[in-house]
Parts: sequence; C-alpha cells; structure tokens
Amino acid sequence: MFKLWASIVKDVRILLRDKVGISLMFIMPVILVIVVTLIQNSTFQLMNKNKLTVVVCNQDAGKLSKQLTSTINKIGMFKVVQAASNLNEQQMGDAMHNADAMLAITIPPDFSAKIEAKAKSSSNKALKSFGLQADSAKEEKLTAPTPLILHYNPSIPESIRFSVNGALTSALQIVESRETLRTLYFAINEKEMPEKLEQEMLNGKAEIKQVPVSKGGSITAPNATQHNVPAWTIFAMFFIIMSLSGSVVREKVSGSFIRLKTLPTNFAVGLLSKQITYLCVTLFQALVIFSLGLWFFPYINLPALNLPADIFGLVLVTVAVGYCAVSYAICVGVFAHTQEQANGFGAVSIVILSAIGGLMVPAFAMPGALKTISSLSPLHWCIEAYYGLFLEGAGLKDVVISIIPLVGITFVFQALTFIGLKRKNLI
Amino acid sequence: MVSKTSFAVNIENLCFHYPGNSGVTYDGLNLKIAEGERFGLFGPNGAGKTTLMNLMTGLLVADKGTVELLGHKIGNKSKAVNKLFGFVPQDFSFYQELSPIENLDFFGAWYGLSRKQIAHRSAELLEILGLTDVSHKAVENFSGGMKRRVNLAIGVIHNPGILFLDEPTVGVDVQTRHAIIDYLKQLNKQGTTLIYTSHQLAEAEGLCEQIALVDKGEIVREGKLDSLLEEYGHQDLEELFLNLTGKDYRN
Repeated sequence: MFKLWASIVKDVRILLRDKVGISLMFIMPVILVIVVTLIQNSTFQLMNKNKLTVVVCNQDAGKLSKQLTSTINKIGMFKVVQAASNLNEQQMGDAMHNADAMLAITIPPDFSAKIEAKAKSSSNKALKSFGLQADSAKEEKLTAPTPLILHYNPSIPESIRFSVNGALTSALQIVESRETLRTLYFAINEKEMPEKLEQEMLNGKAEIKQVPVSKGGSITAPNATQHNVPAWTIFAMFFIIMSLSGSVVREKVSGSFIRLKTLPTNFAVGLLSKQITYLCVTLFQALVIFSLGLWFFPYINLPALNLPADIFGLVLVTVAVGYCAVSYAICVGVFAHTQEQANGFGAVSIVILSAIGGLMVPAFAMPGALKTISSLSPLHWCIEAYYGLFLEGAGLKDVVISIIPLVGITFVFQALTFIGLKRKNLI
Repeated sequence: MVSKTSFAVNIENLCFHYPGNSGVTYDGLNLKIAEGERFGLFGPNGAGKTTLMNLMTGLLVADKGTVELLGHKIGNKSKAVNKLFGFVPQDFSFYQELSPIENLDFFGAWYGLSRKQIAHRSAELLEILGLTDVSHKAVENFSGGMKRRVNLAIGVIHNPGILFLDEPTVGVDVQTRHAIIDYLKQLNKQGTTLIYTSHQLAEAEGLCEQIALVDKGEIVREGKLDSLLEEYGHQDLEELFLNLTGKDYRN
C-alpha cells in the first residue's frame, strides 16, 4: 500500500510541475466551454427569446400590404422596422446593416392590387358555384402575384430561414383569406363584413399545445449551458490523454524505466497509481466545469447550469466517464513508442471520437452508417448518459443502459493495456 | 528472509541471443563473483558487457542456464530477489522533474523500505554525496556530476548486497569522480559487492581487485588484477586490455 501511495505522490508531483499539461487539462476546456456556450447561447436566444429584426420595405400603397406588415408584427417572432419604400438592393443591405437585422422583406408595388383581384376572382367562382349571380363587371384576367422578396444574411442558420419562411407564408395566407372572405361577404350582403364575425372566422383555429417530455417529469427547457457543459466536460476528461499517455511513454522511454524494471515492485503498481491519480484529475475537471456552469455562467449572462436531481447518478456517471478516459489514455501510452506518437494520435483520436460520438453534432442528426459507428465511440455513451441526466431529468436507473456499454469499452481498453504490457514483459 | 552464500553472483551455462542474432551471443558462459569483491567487467564496445549486466539484473532473460544472486535465482516471477541488488545504469535513471529527496522517497518505497528508513537513508546519502543543499531542487537543473550522484544515491538507498554499476562516472569532473569512487570503496568495506563496468581503465584500476575481460560473448580472461598484470608483464590495465582484445576498431 505504501508503494502505491509513494507512486501516487510521485505522479501528483510530476503532474503539478507539468504546466503545459495542466493548461491542456483545465484552462483549455474552461475556455472552450465558455466560448462555445456563449456562441450557442446567442443562437438559442435568437431562436427562443429575442425577436428577429425584420426591415420592411413596402413599395405598395394599398391597404393589404399594411395589413401584411401588421400581421407579421403580430406573429411575435419579429420586430418590424419600416424602411423607405424606394430602396434598391444596395440600400436594402445598408438598411439591414443599420437596423442590425438579419432579414428584410420587400413588398412589391402591386401586392394589394393582385391580392384584391385574386380575392374577387375567388369570390365570383364561389358565387357561381352557389348558383348566385356573380359581379357583372368584366373580370380581369388573373396574373400570378408578384412575389415578396425575403432578403437574408447568409450567416443565418438554414433552420431559422425555414422558420421565417413558414411564418411569412402563414401571414400571407391570413391576409389573402381575410380579403377573399370580405369580398365574398360583400358580394352576398352588399355591406362590409362585421369585424366580430371576421375575427371568429379567421382566429377560431385549433390551438397547438406544447408538452415537454422528460423521463423524470422535469420541465426545464434545454439551453446552451445544459447542452455544452456536459459535452465539453467529457471532452476535457478525455483530453487528459495529452498528459497521461505522454507520461506513460515518457516513463517508458526515459532512463527511469530501466531502474523501475529492476526494482522489487511490479510495474502494474505504477499504472494503478496513474489510474487513481488521473481519475481524480478527471473528477476535479468535472467539478471545475460544473462549478463554472453553476456559479460563473450567470455572471456572463449565460443560463446557470441545472444539476440533475439524481446527484448520486451524476457522480457515478462522472466516475465511469473519467475511468474510461483514463483507461483509453493509458492504453494509447502503452502502445505508443514516442511521446510525439502518443500526443498526435491522442489529440486527433479524441477529436474524431468526439465528432462521431455526437459531441459536436447530435448523433440523431447523423446519417445511418455514422449512427452505427457512433455507438463504438465511448464518448457517445458518455454524452447519452449525461444528456439523460441533464436534459431529460433521468435518474441513474434510466441511464444504466448507457453506462453498461461504456463499462464494456473501458474493459476493452484495460484488456488491450494488459496485453500490451505482457507482450513487452512489463508485468 | 534471504540467506547468504559465498557467491554474490553465480552464472552457470548461460546462453543468450538477441532476436535475429542482432547483437552479442552468449553460449554457455560461466562466471562466479565472490561476496564482498570489487569486480570489474571490461571489454571493447559491443563485447557484451551491458548485455551480461542486464542478464545479471534481470533486465534480459537467458535462453538457457541460470543466474544466481546471493544464492537466489534471478528471472523468476517473484521479484523478491531484486531487493538484494542495486543498479546504477549509465543513463540517468530517475525523474528529472523531481528533487533528489522526492526521487529517493519514491524509489525507496519501491525497494520496500519504510517511511522511517527512507528518511534516515536519504538524509545520510544526500550528506555523503554532497547533495543536502540541493535536496529540494528539481534534478533537471543539475549539472552532469550532480545527476550522477543522484543516480548513485537511488541505487544504494536500500543498502544492497550487490551493486551493479554501468559507467557510473561517465562525463563527470575529477572531483565528482573521486567522490564517487571513494564512496564506492566505503560501501564495499561495509560488505557490498561491487560489479562495475567502465571504459575509464585508470579509474577501474583504482577500484577493482578482481576483473574479467569480455569479448565477443566470451570471458577472455578472469582473475585478480595484480596477478594478471604480473602474468602478462604489463604496467597497467590499458596495456593488458589491448593485448587481450586487440587494437582493431569495434562497433
């Protein structure tokens, strides 16, 4: 036991003097989690909280374009900024820039006229089909409506652009439907349609009720913090490979290893010491990043991290993640011949495993074959377990299904390490 | 408890070859080194000195034959026999990031010493080897001579019965060399068998009483240094060495 303790003390001392290693293990992930969360939070806010500023250039003098603008305003998704009606393409871009808007709409000059003509035509057709006499005035030949132009900043995510397009289509339909209804009513009753009836007919739609689904009944809305803190904590824990595998290789290729092999102590004690030391490092990393999410994020206007209700489950999952990260790093260290090999392979492999594991792009968004490959990445099971706890309000019993494969992969790393050490006569 | 025999090292019918016969080959080597001797193992580059030392310390495993240290076979799964000897390799075999005392703490524990024994021996060794003032400074900033002394201190922290020394004074100044040789003689007086290899033949003459000249995987000549010099009519070890191993370049 004293040998193990002495070995742990030695490893801790070496680790504390490895300034670059400590930076890679702590400072880099902290910066990463703050920067990525800030960036993603602005996207979340763009989608969820902030209204999108829309510059409207209304070239139409009719009433329907005003109704359209008013309807767009009422959707609740946009903040409408009116621009002059005679802007060209270049001036439109300037207006967007001045209003800090990512979107702009140009309503064509014949917008009202075209919709009114279409409404009249539809009304006449309806009257004829009812067997009533339609307006005797000569019907104008209908031409296709001039399209609205939606200008957008190319950096706006495609998903947001699709949502905006859907909202505008909906606003257009409301304006068109209202006009058709009014025209038809006027043709039948020769008086304006009462506003109350119009409201009833247009607004009496079935509502959509949104119900959040979670395993534990939690209704905490997911946000950038809840997504990023677990993901980058896992990344940080696995990134200890830069320090740990390098430490294993350094020990192997340095003179100290020759002496270690002549000592009356098995090298496995040294590896066990590294496992314990670096497992503690990974747990400390998690503590630092979670603390950051809990207490520091609110100071920089980021949502505070909501810890899962099942804290025991969180600790257990974190230990499983940390031990898997340590096992992988030692495995790489045992098989690498030089520190350059260990560092190069280690860094690249972690980035690849993160990408296929779903840390960068959610696994559900991946194509079929990649989804299968994803399950081979230990980081996939780590993020599944963490997302279960952090986003779905799950408890330990719910995420066991993710922990079991993680433990299996850890066992494979340990077995490979054992084989590597045996082959090299080190244990 | 390890019992003592009259031989510190007893090698019988030792056969060894590197994979693909890429290095020196031993074929039926026999060597006995009595307890308490100051034994020098010499030979040209590639003669097989380091290979033989690695076989004696268990770093290499013989194909056939046995190596016994103080009556205990080396190469068994049990590493208990490793407590009986210390090893001072030519390379600096310690953690450069740590201080001398931190290195001694770790290696002392791995040699099986208690906390108290480590503290006592560390203080003693650092004093003898003139490292007390720098005992808490990282070794990586030390001079070559200071690092050699740290290397030696670690190899003897557990008071070994046998001490293997592979070029223990290479690259050090005269003062450090004298200090190391004096300390080795002192250790020997206390009962430690020294098994030493070096290309510093003048230094070796002052340290070793018994020598073996190794070449091409064979012991060319073995015996008391004085007797061998007398037998061949040479003034010093270097002349004897050239006489028995030739003047051709060795790779």
